[in-house]
Amino acid sequence: MRISVNRQRLSLPAFAVCCVVASIVLIPLLATVLGGLRTNGELLIAPFSIPKALHWENYGKILELDSPFWPALLNSVLILVGTVGLLLVTASPAAFVLARISFPGREVIFNIFLFGLLFPATVAVLPLYITIRQLGLLDNLWGVILPQIAFGFPTTILILRNFFRAIPQELEDAAIVDGASRLIFFLRILLPLARPAIAAVSILATVGSWNSFLLPLLVLTDQSKWTLPLAVTQFQQQFSTDWASILAFITLAMIPAVFAYLLAERQIVAGLTAGAVKG
Amino acid sequence: MRLTIPVAASNQSILAIRLRRRAGTALTITLFLLPSLVLYVAFVLLPVVQAAHYSLFKWNGLGSLDDYIGLKNYQTLFHDPIFLQALKNNFIIALLSLVLQLPAAIVLALLLNRRVPGRTFFRTVFFLPYVLAPVVTALIWSFIYNPSNGLIAGLFRQFNPQGIPPAFLANQHTVLYAIFAAITWQFFGFHLVLYMAGLQNIPDELVDAARVDGANSWQVARYITLPLLGSTIRLSAFLSILGSLQYFDLIYVMTNGGPVNASEVMATYQIHYGLREFRLGYGSAVGVVMFGLCFLFALLYQRLIMRQDLTGQSAL
Repeated sequence: MRISVNRQRLSLPAFAVCCVVASIVLIPLLATVLGGLRTNGELLIAPFSIPKALHWENYGKILELDSPFWPALLNSVLILVGTVGLLLVTASPAAFVLARISFPGREVIFNIFLFGLLFPATVAVLPLYITIRQLGLLDNLWGVILPQIAFGFPTTILILRNFFRAIPQELEDAAIVDGASRLIFFLRILLPLARPAIAAVSILATVGSWNSFLLPLLVLTDQSKWTLPLAVTQFQQQFSTDWASILAFITLAMIPAVFAYLLAERQIVAGLTAGAVKG
Repeated sequence: MRLTIPVAASNQSILAIRLRRRAGTALTITLFLLPSLVLYVAFVLLPVVQAAHYSLFKWNGLGSLDDYIGLKNYQTLFHDPIFLQALKNNFIIALLSLVLQLPAAIVLALLLNRRVPGRTFFRTVFFLPYVLAPVVTALIWSFIYNPSNGLIAGLFRQFNPQGIPPAFLANQHTVLYAIFAAITWQFFGFHLVLYMAGLQNIPDELVDAARVDGANSWQVARYITLPLLGSTIRLSAFLSILGSLQYFDLIYVMTNGGPVNASEVMATYQIHYGLREFRLGYGSAVGVVMFGLCFLFALLYQRLIMRQDLTGQSAL
Protein backbone atom coordinates (compact mmCIF):
# COMPACT_ATOMS: atom_id res chain seq x y z
CA MET A 1 0.00 0.00 0.00
CA ARG A 2 1.41 3.35 -0.91
CA ILE A 3 -1.32 5.61 0.37
CA SER A 4 1.06 8.31 1.46
CA VAL A 5 2.19 9.08 -2.07
CA ASN A 6 -1.37 9.48 -3.30
CA ARG A 7 -2.33 11.54 -0.32
CA GLN A 8 0.38 14.08 -1.07
CA ARG A 9 -0.70 17.07 -3.08
CA LEU A 10 0.95 17.71 -6.41
CA SER A 11 3.94 19.82 -5.56
CA LEU A 12 4.09 22.79 -7.89
CA PRO A 13 7.08 24.61 -6.35
CA ALA A 14 9.05 21.37 -6.66
CA PHE A 15 7.93 21.14 -10.27
CA ALA A 16 9.07 24.71 -10.94
CA VAL A 17 12.52 24.07 -9.45
CA CYS A 18 12.87 20.89 -11.50
CA CYS A 19 11.94 22.79 -14.66
CA VAL A 20 14.62 25.39 -14.01
CA VAL A 21 17.29 22.74 -13.39
CA ALA A 22 16.16 20.75 -16.42
CA SER A 23 16.57 23.79 -18.63
CA ILE A 24 20.05 24.41 -17.22
CA VAL A 25 20.89 20.85 -18.26
CA LEU A 26 19.19 20.95 -21.65
CA ILE A 27 19.97 24.45 -22.95
CA PRO A 28 23.71 23.80 -23.39
CA LEU A 29 22.93 20.57 -25.23
CA LEU A 30 20.31 22.16 -27.48
CA ALA A 31 22.55 25.15 -28.16
CA THR A 32 25.29 22.73 -29.22
CA VAL A 33 23.07 20.73 -31.56
CA LEU A 34 21.48 23.85 -33.05
CA GLY A 35 24.80 25.68 -33.17
CA GLY A 36 26.00 23.04 -35.59
CA LEU A 37 23.17 24.11 -37.90
CA ARG A 38 24.15 27.77 -38.02
CA THR A 39 26.83 29.75 -39.75
CA ASN A 40 29.57 31.32 -37.67
CA GLY A 41 28.07 34.73 -38.35
CA GLU A 42 24.72 33.67 -36.90
CA LEU A 43 26.46 32.21 -33.87
CA LEU A 44 28.06 35.57 -33.25
CA ILE A 45 24.82 37.54 -33.50
CA ALA A 46 22.13 35.34 -32.02
CA PRO A 47 23.26 32.08 -30.47
CA PHE A 48 19.91 31.66 -28.69
CA SER A 49 17.45 32.14 -31.53
CA ILE A 50 15.88 29.33 -33.52
CA PRO A 51 18.02 29.07 -36.67
CA LYS A 52 16.23 30.62 -39.68
CA ALA A 53 17.76 28.33 -42.23
CA LEU A 54 19.34 25.02 -41.32
CA HIS A 55 22.95 24.84 -42.42
CA TRP A 56 23.50 21.14 -42.75
CA GLU A 57 26.84 21.78 -44.44
CA ASN A 58 28.63 21.83 -41.06
CA TYR A 59 27.43 18.33 -40.36
CA GLY A 60 28.06 17.35 -43.98
CA LYS A 61 31.65 18.49 -43.72
CA ILE A 62 32.28 16.32 -40.64
CA LEU A 63 30.57 13.32 -42.23
CA GLU A 64 32.58 13.45 -45.45
CA LEU A 65 34.41 10.23 -46.15
CA ASP A 66 37.88 11.66 -45.67
CA SER A 67 37.06 13.50 -42.45
CA PRO A 68 38.74 12.37 -39.19
CA PHE A 69 35.31 11.46 -37.82
CA TRP A 70 34.97 8.00 -39.38
CA PRO A 71 38.35 6.50 -38.43
CA ALA A 72 37.92 7.93 -34.93
CA LEU A 73 34.48 6.33 -34.66
CA LEU A 74 35.92 3.01 -35.81
CA ASN A 75 38.83 3.19 -33.37
CA SER A 76 36.50 4.03 -30.50
CA VAL A 77 34.29 1.06 -31.39
CA LEU A 78 37.25 -1.32 -31.73
CA ILE A 79 38.68 -0.26 -28.37
CA LEU A 80 35.25 -0.56 -26.79
CA VAL A 81 34.62 -4.06 -28.15
CA GLY A 82 38.11 -5.23 -27.25
CA THR A 83 37.94 -3.80 -23.74
CA VAL A 84 34.48 -5.00 -22.79
CA GLY A 85 34.75 -8.38 -24.52
CA LEU A 86 38.11 -9.34 -23.06
CA LEU A 87 37.25 -7.89 -19.68
CA LEU A 88 34.23 -10.18 -19.44
CA VAL A 89 36.14 -13.19 -20.75
CA THR A 90 38.97 -12.75 -18.23
CA ALA A 91 37.15 -11.32 -15.22
CA SER A 92 34.19 -13.69 -15.00
CA PRO A 93 36.26 -16.90 -14.63
CA ALA A 94 38.41 -15.11 -12.06
CA ALA A 95 35.33 -13.97 -10.16
CA PHE A 96 33.95 -17.53 -10.35
CA VAL A 97 37.07 -19.02 -8.80
CA LEU A 98 37.22 -16.29 -6.14
CA ALA A 99 33.55 -16.80 -5.33
CA ARG A 100 32.98 -20.53 -5.37
CA ILE A 101 36.20 -22.52 -5.00
CA SER A 102 37.94 -22.34 -1.68
CA PHE A 103 41.69 -22.60 -1.75
CA PRO A 104 44.50 -21.16 0.36
CA GLY A 105 45.33 -17.57 -0.55
CA ARG A 106 41.95 -16.86 -2.11
CA GLU A 107 41.17 -13.89 0.10
CA VAL A 108 44.65 -12.50 -0.44
CA ILE A 109 44.21 -12.55 -4.20
CA PHE A 110 40.77 -11.05 -3.91
CA ASN A 111 42.09 -8.24 -1.71
CA ILE A 112 44.88 -7.54 -4.17
CA PHE A 113 42.20 -6.96 -6.79
CA LEU A 114 40.23 -4.76 -4.39
CA PHE A 115 43.34 -2.69 -3.75
CA GLY A 116 42.83 -1.19 -7.20
CA LEU A 117 39.62 0.47 -6.01
CA LEU A 118 41.58 2.81 -3.79
CA PHE A 119 43.36 4.80 -6.46
CA PRO A 120 42.64 5.99 -10.00
CA ALA A 121 44.58 5.07 -13.13
CA THR A 122 45.88 8.65 -13.25
CA VAL A 123 48.41 8.09 -10.47
CA ALA A 124 50.41 5.49 -12.38
CA VAL A 125 49.91 6.80 -15.86
CA LEU A 126 53.53 7.79 -16.53
CA PRO A 127 55.05 4.38 -15.66
CA LEU A 128 52.12 2.82 -17.52
CA TYR A 129 53.12 4.88 -20.54
CA ILE A 130 56.69 3.60 -20.24
CA THR A 131 55.46 0.00 -19.96
CA ILE A 132 53.29 0.40 -23.05
CA ARG A 133 56.23 1.89 -24.91
CA GLN A 134 58.50 -0.99 -23.85
CA LEU A 135 55.90 -3.44 -25.13
CA GLY A 136 55.92 -1.60 -28.45
CA LEU A 137 52.24 -0.78 -28.14
CA LEU A 138 52.39 3.00 -28.64
CA ASP A 139 50.06 4.01 -31.46
CA ASN A 140 48.46 0.61 -31.19
CA LEU A 141 44.87 0.14 -30.04
CA TRP A 142 46.01 -2.74 -27.80
CA GLY A 143 48.05 -0.21 -25.85
CA VAL A 144 44.74 1.30 -24.72
CA ILE A 145 42.68 -1.90 -24.53
CA LEU A 146 44.96 -3.93 -22.25
CA PRO A 147 45.40 -1.29 -19.50
CA GLN A 148 41.68 -0.48 -19.65
CA ILE A 149 40.86 -4.14 -19.05
CA ALA A 150 43.33 -4.24 -16.17
CA PHE A 151 41.83 -1.16 -14.54
CA GLY A 152 38.37 -2.63 -15.01
CA PHE A 153 39.14 -5.71 -12.90
CA PRO A 154 38.57 -4.35 -9.38
CA THR A 155 34.95 -3.27 -9.85
CA THR A 156 34.08 -6.02 -12.33
CA ILE A 157 35.44 -8.84 -10.20
CA LEU A 158 33.87 -7.39 -7.07
CA ILE A 159 30.40 -7.12 -8.59
CA LEU A 160 30.54 -10.53 -10.31
CA ARG A 161 31.95 -12.27 -7.26
CA ASN A 162 29.20 -10.91 -5.04
CA PHE A 163 26.63 -12.13 -7.53
CA PHE A 164 28.20 -15.58 -7.97
CA ARG A 165 28.38 -16.06 -4.22
CA ALA A 166 24.69 -15.35 -3.82
CA ILE A 167 23.75 -18.34 -5.99
CA PRO A 168 22.92 -21.27 -3.69
CA GLN A 169 25.37 -24.15 -3.36
CA GLU A 170 22.46 -26.63 -3.83
CA LEU A 171 22.25 -25.57 -7.44
CA GLU A 172 25.89 -26.43 -8.01
CA ASP A 173 25.53 -29.75 -6.15
CA ALA A 174 22.48 -30.64 -8.25
CA ALA A 175 24.35 -29.85 -11.44
CA ILE A 176 27.34 -31.94 -10.33
CA VAL A 177 25.04 -34.87 -9.41
CA ASP A 178 23.52 -34.60 -12.86
CA GLY A 179 26.99 -35.13 -14.25
CA ALA A 180 27.97 -31.57 -15.10
CA SER A 181 31.58 -30.58 -14.64
CA ARG A 182 32.51 -27.35 -12.91
CA LEU A 183 33.20 -25.76 -16.27
CA ILE A 184 29.76 -26.74 -17.57
CA PHE A 185 28.14 -25.44 -14.38
CA PHE A 186 29.98 -22.14 -14.79
CA LEU A 187 29.22 -21.70 -18.49
CA ARG A 188 25.71 -23.15 -18.72
CA ILE A 189 24.17 -22.28 -15.38
CA LEU A 190 26.06 -19.59 -13.51
CA LEU A 191 26.76 -17.18 -16.36
CA PRO A 192 23.18 -17.14 -17.69
CA LEU A 193 21.91 -16.57 -14.15
CA ALA A 194 24.34 -13.70 -13.70
CA ARG A 195 22.99 -11.77 -16.68
CA PRO A 196 21.98 -8.68 -14.64
CA ALA A 197 25.42 -8.46 -13.04
CA ILE A 198 27.12 -8.99 -16.39
CA ALA A 199 24.96 -6.27 -17.91
CA ALA A 200 25.94 -3.90 -15.10
CA VAL A 201 29.68 -4.47 -15.45
CA SER A 202 29.47 -4.31 -19.25
CA ILE A 203 27.72 -0.95 -19.10
CA LEU A 204 30.26 0.36 -16.64
CA ALA A 205 33.13 -0.74 -18.86
CA THR A 206 31.41 0.47 -22.04
CA VAL A 207 30.85 4.00 -20.77
CA GLY A 208 34.34 4.11 -19.28
CA SER A 209 35.98 3.00 -22.50
CA TRP A 210 33.85 5.17 -24.79
CA ASN A 211 34.60 8.30 -22.75
CA SER A 212 38.21 7.56 -21.84
CA PHE A 213 40.68 10.31 -22.69
CA LEU A 214 43.93 10.38 -20.71
CA LEU A 215 45.22 6.95 -21.73
CA PRO A 216 44.41 7.36 -25.46
CA LEU A 217 45.91 10.86 -25.30
CA LEU A 218 49.25 9.44 -24.17
CA VAL A 219 49.26 6.21 -26.19
CA LEU A 220 47.71 7.23 -29.52
CA THR A 221 49.60 10.11 -31.07
CA ASP A 222 49.13 9.14 -34.71
CA GLN A 223 46.04 10.75 -36.19
CA SER A 224 44.87 7.52 -37.81
CA LYS A 225 44.64 5.91 -34.36
CA TRP A 226 42.69 8.67 -32.62
CA THR A 227 39.48 7.85 -30.79
CA LEU A 228 36.42 10.12 -30.87
CA PRO A 229 37.30 12.10 -27.71
CA LEU A 230 40.79 12.69 -29.11
CA ALA A 231 39.57 13.59 -32.58
CA VAL A 232 36.98 16.07 -31.34
CA THR A 233 39.46 17.90 -29.08
CA GLN A 234 42.09 17.99 -31.81
CA PHE A 235 39.48 19.32 -34.22
CA GLN A 236 38.59 22.06 -31.79
CA GLN A 237 42.23 23.08 -31.41
CA GLN A 238 42.82 23.02 -35.13
CA PHE A 239 39.72 24.99 -36.16
CA SER A 240 39.43 27.03 -32.98
CA THR A 241 37.43 29.85 -34.59
CA ASP A 242 35.07 27.74 -36.69
CA TRP A 243 32.66 27.06 -33.83
CA ALA A 244 29.79 26.03 -36.11
CA SER A 245 31.80 23.06 -37.38
CA ILE A 246 33.15 22.30 -33.90
CA LEU A 247 29.60 22.17 -32.53
CA ALA A 248 28.57 19.86 -35.35
CA PHE A 249 31.49 17.57 -34.50
CA ILE A 250 30.64 17.64 -30.77
CA THR A 251 27.03 16.78 -31.56
CA LEU A 252 28.02 13.83 -33.74
CA ALA A 253 30.45 12.65 -31.07
CA MET A 254 27.80 12.63 -28.36
CA ILE A 255 24.94 11.13 -30.39
CA PRO A 256 25.87 7.45 -29.75
CA ALA A 257 26.01 7.94 -25.98
CA VAL A 258 22.77 9.93 -25.86
CA PHE A 259 20.89 7.41 -28.01
CA ALA A 260 22.16 4.45 -26.02
CA TYR A 261 21.10 6.24 -22.86
CA LEU A 262 17.60 7.01 -24.09
CA LEU A 263 17.15 3.43 -25.34
CA ALA A 264 18.37 1.66 -22.22
CA GLU A 265 18.17 4.29 -19.50
CA ARG A 266 17.14 1.93 -16.73
CA GLN A 267 19.99 -0.52 -17.35
CA ILE A 268 22.55 2.24 -17.83
CA VAL A 269 21.61 4.06 -14.63
CA ALA A 270 21.61 0.77 -12.73
CA GLY A 271 24.97 -0.25 -14.20
CA LEU A 272 26.72 3.05 -13.58
CA THR A 273 25.50 3.35 -10.01
CA ALA A 274 26.19 -0.33 -9.27
CA GLY A 275 29.87 0.44 -9.73
CA ALA A 276 29.64 3.13 -7.08
CA VAL A 277 27.55 1.21 -4.62
CA LYS A 278 29.52 -1.99 -4.71
CA GLY A 279 32.80 -0.15 -4.79
CA MET B 1 16.86 -55.71 -5.59
CA ARG B 2 20.24 -55.70 -3.90
CA LEU B 3 22.65 -52.91 -4.24
CA THR B 4 26.16 -54.22 -4.45
CA ILE B 5 28.88 -51.90 -3.39
CA PRO B 6 32.34 -53.13 -4.24
CA VAL B 7 33.92 -51.92 -1.02
CA ALA B 8 37.47 -53.02 -1.58
CA ALA B 9 37.70 -51.55 -5.03
CA SER B 10 36.04 -48.29 -4.09
CA ASN B 11 38.62 -47.08 -1.59
CA GLN B 12 41.33 -46.94 -4.18
CA SER B 13 39.27 -45.57 -6.98
CA ILE B 14 37.77 -42.90 -4.74
CA LEU B 15 41.27 -41.86 -3.79
CA ALA B 16 42.24 -41.72 -7.44
CA ILE B 17 39.14 -39.77 -8.30
CA ARG B 18 39.81 -37.36 -5.46
CA LEU B 19 43.38 -36.82 -6.52
CA ARG B 20 42.35 -36.32 -10.09
CA ARG B 21 39.62 -33.93 -9.01
CA ARG B 22 42.03 -32.00 -6.82
CA ALA B 23 44.48 -31.70 -9.69
CA GLY B 24 41.57 -30.65 -11.87
CA THR B 25 40.58 -28.00 -9.34
CA ALA B 26 44.10 -26.65 -9.17
CA LEU B 27 44.18 -26.49 -12.94
CA THR B 28 40.82 -24.70 -13.02
CA ILE B 29 41.98 -22.18 -10.45
CA THR B 30 45.16 -21.47 -12.36
CA LEU B 31 43.58 -21.21 -15.79
CA PHE B 32 40.68 -19.10 -14.55
CA LEU B 33 42.76 -16.67 -12.51
CA LEU B 34 45.95 -16.38 -14.47
CA PRO B 35 44.91 -14.12 -17.39
CA SER B 36 43.35 -11.49 -15.16
CA LEU B 37 46.14 -11.64 -12.59
CA VAL B 38 48.83 -11.23 -15.25
CA LEU B 39 47.09 -8.23 -16.83
CA TYR B 40 46.34 -6.70 -13.46
CA VAL B 41 49.88 -7.03 -12.18
CA ALA B 42 51.42 -5.78 -15.42
CA PHE B 43 49.20 -2.74 -15.96
CA VAL B 44 47.97 -1.75 -12.49
CA LEU B 45 50.24 -2.96 -9.69
CA LEU B 46 53.60 -2.78 -11.42
CA PRO B 47 53.14 0.83 -12.64
CA VAL B 48 52.36 1.93 -9.08
CA VAL B 49 55.55 0.31 -7.81
CA GLN B 50 57.49 1.71 -10.77
CA ALA B 51 56.16 5.20 -10.06
CA ALA B 52 57.63 4.99 -6.58
CA HIS B 53 60.89 3.74 -8.07
CA TYR B 54 61.15 6.30 -10.91
CA SER B 55 60.32 9.12 -8.51
CA LEU B 56 63.73 8.70 -6.89
CA PHE B 57 65.57 9.40 -10.14
CA LYS B 58 66.22 12.27 -12.45
CA TRP B 59 65.11 10.68 -15.69
CA ASN B 60 63.98 11.93 -19.08
CA GLY B 61 62.21 8.66 -19.82
CA LEU B 62 64.52 7.70 -22.66
CA GLY B 63 68.06 7.05 -21.41
CA SER B 64 69.05 4.63 -18.69
CA LEU B 65 67.68 5.03 -15.21
CA ASP B 66 70.91 5.78 -13.33
CA ASP B 67 70.76 9.31 -11.92
CA TYR B 68 69.57 8.51 -8.39
CA ILE B 69 68.66 11.68 -6.51
CA GLY B 70 66.79 10.35 -3.47
CA LEU B 71 63.83 12.44 -2.42
CA LYS B 72 64.92 15.53 -4.32
CA ASN B 73 61.98 15.35 -6.72
CA TYR B 74 59.60 15.54 -3.78
CA GLN B 75 61.53 18.46 -2.35
CA THR B 76 61.30 20.35 -5.61
CA LEU B 77 57.65 19.44 -5.90
CA PHE B 78 56.61 20.80 -2.53
CA HIS B 79 58.57 23.98 -3.11
CA ASP B 80 56.99 24.63 -6.49
CA PRO B 81 54.25 27.26 -6.11
CA ILE B 82 52.55 25.90 -9.23
CA PHE B 83 52.22 22.44 -7.73
CA LEU B 84 50.98 23.89 -4.45
CA GLN B 85 48.44 25.87 -6.45
CA ALA B 86 47.40 22.67 -8.24
CA LEU B 87 47.03 20.87 -4.92
CA LYS B 88 44.99 23.76 -3.57
CA ASN B 89 42.77 23.70 -6.65
CA ASN B 90 42.06 20.00 -6.11
CA PHE B 91 40.98 20.78 -2.57
CA ILE B 92 38.86 23.75 -3.63
CA ILE B 93 37.02 21.57 -6.15
CA ALA B 94 36.49 18.88 -3.52
CA LEU B 95 35.22 21.43 -1.03
CA LEU B 96 32.90 23.12 -3.52
CA SER B 97 31.49 19.73 -4.47
CA LEU B 98 30.78 18.95 -0.84
CA VAL B 99 29.12 22.24 0.05
CA LEU B 100 27.32 23.01 -3.23
CA GLN B 101 26.96 20.04 -5.54
CA LEU B 102 25.95 17.37 -3.04
CA PRO B 103 23.43 19.51 -1.09
CA ALA B 104 21.88 20.59 -4.38
CA ALA B 105 21.59 16.94 -5.40
CA ILE B 106 20.00 16.06 -2.06
CA VAL B 107 17.45 18.89 -2.32
CA LEU B 108 16.54 17.88 -5.86
CA ALA B 109 16.21 14.24 -4.81
CA LEU B 110 13.89 15.28 -1.97
CA LEU B 111 11.84 17.37 -4.40
CA LEU B 112 11.61 14.53 -6.90
CA ASN B 113 10.58 12.22 -4.10
CA ARG B 114 7.33 14.18 -3.85
CA ARG B 115 4.49 13.94 -6.29
CA VAL B 116 6.06 15.94 -9.09
CA PRO B 117 4.56 15.73 -12.55
CA GLY B 118 7.09 14.39 -15.04
CA ARG B 119 9.22 12.78 -12.34
CA THR B 120 10.80 10.15 -14.61
CA PHE B 121 11.42 12.74 -17.32
CA PHE B 122 13.33 14.92 -14.87
CA ARG B 123 15.39 12.00 -13.67
CA THR B 124 16.28 11.10 -17.24
CA VAL B 125 17.32 14.69 -17.99
CA PHE B 126 19.32 15.18 -14.80
CA PHE B 127 21.33 12.00 -15.29
CA LEU B 128 21.95 12.60 -19.01
CA PRO B 129 25.16 14.69 -18.71
CA TYR B 130 26.77 11.93 -16.66
CA VAL B 131 26.85 9.56 -19.65
CA LEU B 132 28.60 12.13 -21.86
CA ALA B 133 32.36 12.06 -22.18
CA PRO B 134 34.03 14.64 -19.92
CA VAL B 135 35.73 15.82 -23.09
CA VAL B 136 32.36 16.55 -24.69
CA THR B 137 31.23 18.39 -21.56
CA ALA B 138 34.43 20.40 -21.63
CA LEU B 139 33.91 21.44 -25.25
CA ILE B 140 30.25 22.32 -24.75
CA TRP B 141 31.19 24.53 -21.82
CA SER B 142 34.09 26.05 -23.70
CA PHE B 143 31.47 27.11 -26.23
CA ILE B 144 29.20 28.48 -23.51
CA TYR B 145 32.03 30.56 -22.03
CA ASN B 146 33.60 31.57 -25.35
CA PRO B 147 33.82 35.37 -25.18
CA SER B 148 33.41 36.00 -28.91
CA ASN B 149 30.61 33.70 -30.07
CA GLY B 150 29.66 31.71 -27.01
CA LEU B 151 26.30 31.38 -25.33
CA ILE B 152 26.98 33.71 -22.38
CA ALA B 153 28.55 36.28 -24.68
CA GLY B 154 25.41 36.14 -26.85
CA LEU B 155 23.17 36.65 -23.84
CA PHE B 156 25.39 39.50 -22.68
CA ARG B 157 25.14 41.28 -26.03
CA GLN B 158 21.35 41.10 -25.97
CA PHE B 159 21.39 43.43 -22.99
CA ASN B 160 24.55 45.38 -23.58
CA PRO B 161 25.42 45.46 -27.29
CA GLN B 162 28.39 47.81 -26.76
CA GLY B 163 30.02 46.07 -23.78
CA ILE B 164 32.77 43.46 -23.81
CA PRO B 165 31.43 40.05 -22.78
CA PRO B 166 33.14 38.44 -19.79
CA ALA B 167 35.75 35.77 -20.46
CA PHE B 168 35.37 33.54 -17.44
CA LEU B 169 37.93 30.98 -18.58
CA ALA B 170 40.58 33.61 -19.34
CA ASN B 171 40.33 35.24 -15.94
CA GLN B 172 42.54 33.80 -13.21
CA HIS B 173 39.99 34.60 -10.53
CA THR B 174 36.95 33.06 -12.18
CA VAL B 175 38.40 30.15 -14.12
CA LEU B 176 38.19 27.55 -11.36
CA TYR B 177 34.58 28.41 -10.56
CA ALA B 178 33.66 28.38 -14.24
CA ILE B 179 35.15 24.89 -14.46
CA PHE B 180 33.35 23.86 -11.31
CA ALA B 181 30.03 24.85 -12.92
CA ALA B 182 30.78 22.45 -15.77
CA ILE B 183 31.79 19.72 -13.32
CA THR B 184 28.53 20.18 -11.40
CA TRP B 185 26.52 20.13 -14.63
CA GLN B 186 28.05 16.78 -15.51
CA PHE B 187 28.06 15.02 -12.15
CA PHE B 188 25.16 16.22 -9.99
CA GLY B 189 22.74 13.81 -11.70
CA PHE B 190 24.85 10.86 -10.63
CA HIS B 191 24.63 11.84 -6.98
CA LEU B 192 20.95 12.65 -7.41
CA VAL B 193 20.26 9.10 -8.59
CA LEU B 194 22.19 7.69 -5.63
CA TYR B 195 20.07 9.80 -3.27
CA MET B 196 16.82 8.88 -4.99
CA ALA B 197 17.68 5.21 -4.56
CA GLY B 198 18.51 5.87 -0.92
CA LEU B 199 15.22 7.68 -0.36
CA GLN B 200 13.30 4.78 -1.80
CA ASN B 201 14.66 2.57 0.96
CA ILE B 202 13.13 4.76 3.66
CA PRO B 203 9.79 3.23 4.70
CA ASP B 204 6.77 5.48 4.11
CA GLU B 205 5.45 4.46 7.51
CA LEU B 206 8.22 6.40 9.27
CA VAL B 207 7.42 9.59 7.42
CA ASP B 208 3.68 9.07 7.93
CA ALA B 209 4.16 8.49 11.66
CA ALA B 210 6.16 11.71 11.99
CA ARG B 211 3.45 13.57 10.08
CA VAL B 212 0.77 12.19 12.37
CA ASP B 213 2.83 13.43 15.29
CA GLY B 214 2.66 16.89 13.78
CA ALA B 215 6.10 17.26 12.13
CA ASN B 216 6.30 19.69 9.22
CA SER B 217 8.18 19.02 5.97
CA TRP B 218 11.40 20.56 7.24
CA GLN B 219 11.28 18.54 10.45
CA VAL B 220 10.62 15.34 8.55
CA ALA B 221 13.61 16.03 6.32
CA ARG B 222 15.85 17.04 9.22
CA TYR B 223 14.99 14.28 11.70
CA ILE B 224 13.79 11.37 9.58
CA THR B 225 14.96 11.54 5.97
CA LEU B 226 18.48 12.95 6.25
CA PRO B 227 19.63 10.68 9.12
CA LEU B 228 18.28 7.64 7.29
CA LEU B 229 19.99 8.83 4.13
CA GLY B 230 23.27 8.98 6.06
CA SER B 231 25.01 6.01 4.48
CA THR B 232 24.18 7.26 0.97
CA ILE B 233 25.47 10.74 1.81
CA ARG B 234 28.70 9.31 3.18
CA LEU B 235 29.16 7.20 0.06
CA SER B 236 28.42 10.06 -2.31
CA ALA B 237 30.80 12.38 -0.45
CA PHE B 238 33.48 9.69 -0.62
CA LEU B 239 33.12 9.28 -4.38
CA SER B 240 32.97 13.01 -4.90
CA ILE B 241 36.19 13.72 -2.98
CA LEU B 242 38.06 10.82 -4.54
CA GLY B 243 36.91 12.08 -7.95
CA SER B 244 38.00 15.63 -7.14
CA LEU B 245 41.55 14.48 -6.43
CA GLN B 246 41.94 13.07 -9.93
CA TYR B 247 40.15 15.41 -12.34
CA PHE B 248 41.94 15.59 -15.64
CA ASP B 249 39.90 15.41 -18.86
CA LEU B 250 37.59 18.33 -18.26
CA ILE B 251 40.27 20.78 -17.14
CA TYR B 252 42.85 19.68 -19.68
CA VAL B 253 40.42 20.35 -22.52
CA MET B 254 38.78 23.50 -21.17
CA THR B 255 41.81 25.49 -20.03
CA ASN B 256 44.85 23.23 -20.17
CA GLY B 257 45.56 24.37 -16.62
CA GLY B 258 45.67 28.05 -17.58
CA PRO B 259 45.53 30.98 -17.56
CA VAL B 260 48.90 31.24 -15.80
CA ASN B 261 48.37 27.89 -14.05
CA ALA B 262 45.28 29.24 -12.29
CA SER B 263 43.30 26.07 -13.02
CA GLU B 264 46.14 23.57 -12.80
CA VAL B 265 45.31 20.42 -10.80
CA MET B 266 47.63 17.58 -9.82
CA ALA B 267 46.74 15.41 -12.81
CA THR B 268 47.32 18.18 -15.39
CA TYR B 269 50.50 19.23 -13.57
CA GLN B 270 51.76 15.66 -13.86
CA ILE B 271 51.29 15.66 -17.63
CA HIS B 272 52.59 19.21 -18.19
CA TYR B 273 55.68 19.16 -15.97
CA GLY B 274 56.35 15.42 -16.07
CA LEU B 275 55.63 13.94 -19.46
CA ARG B 276 55.64 16.99 -21.73
CA GLU B 277 58.94 18.25 -20.30
CA PHE B 278 60.53 14.80 -20.33
CA ARG B 279 60.88 14.71 -16.55
CA LEU B 280 59.48 11.25 -15.97
CA GLY B 281 61.02 10.90 -12.53
CA TYR B 282 59.52 14.19 -11.42
CA GLY B 283 56.12 13.38 -12.94
CA SER B 284 56.18 10.00 -11.20
CA ALA B 285 56.69 11.80 -7.90
CA VAL B 286 53.47 13.72 -8.62
CA GLY B 287 51.75 10.39 -9.24
CA VAL B 288 53.05 9.00 -5.96
CA VAL B 289 51.76 12.04 -4.07
CA MET B 290 48.34 11.62 -5.72
CA PHE B 291 48.39 7.94 -4.87
CA GLY B 292 49.31 8.68 -1.28
CA LEU B 293 46.53 11.24 -0.92
CA CYS B 294 43.87 9.00 -2.50
CA PHE B 295 45.01 5.97 -0.54
CA LEU B 296 45.24 7.77 2.78
CA PHE B 297 41.91 9.45 2.25
CA ALA B 298 40.17 6.22 1.22
CA LEU B 299 41.60 4.32 4.16
CA LEU B 300 40.85 6.98 6.77
CA TYR B 301 37.40 7.70 5.39
CA GLN B 302 36.42 4.04 5.38
CA ARG B 303 37.87 3.47 8.86
CA LEU B 304 36.44 6.58 10.48
CA ILE B 305 33.36 7.64 8.58
CA MET B 306 32.00 4.71 6.63
CA ARG B 307 32.75 2.17 9.34
CA GLN B 308 29.14 1.81 10.42
CA ASP B 309 28.03 1.30 6.79
CA LEU B 310 30.59 -1.33 5.92
CA THR B 311 29.86 -3.60 8.83
CA GLY B 312 26.28 -4.00 7.69
CA GLN B 313 25.18 -4.69 4.18
CA SER B 314 26.23 -2.50 1.27
CA ALA B 315 25.64 1.21 1.48
CA LEU B 316 22.34 1.20 -0.36
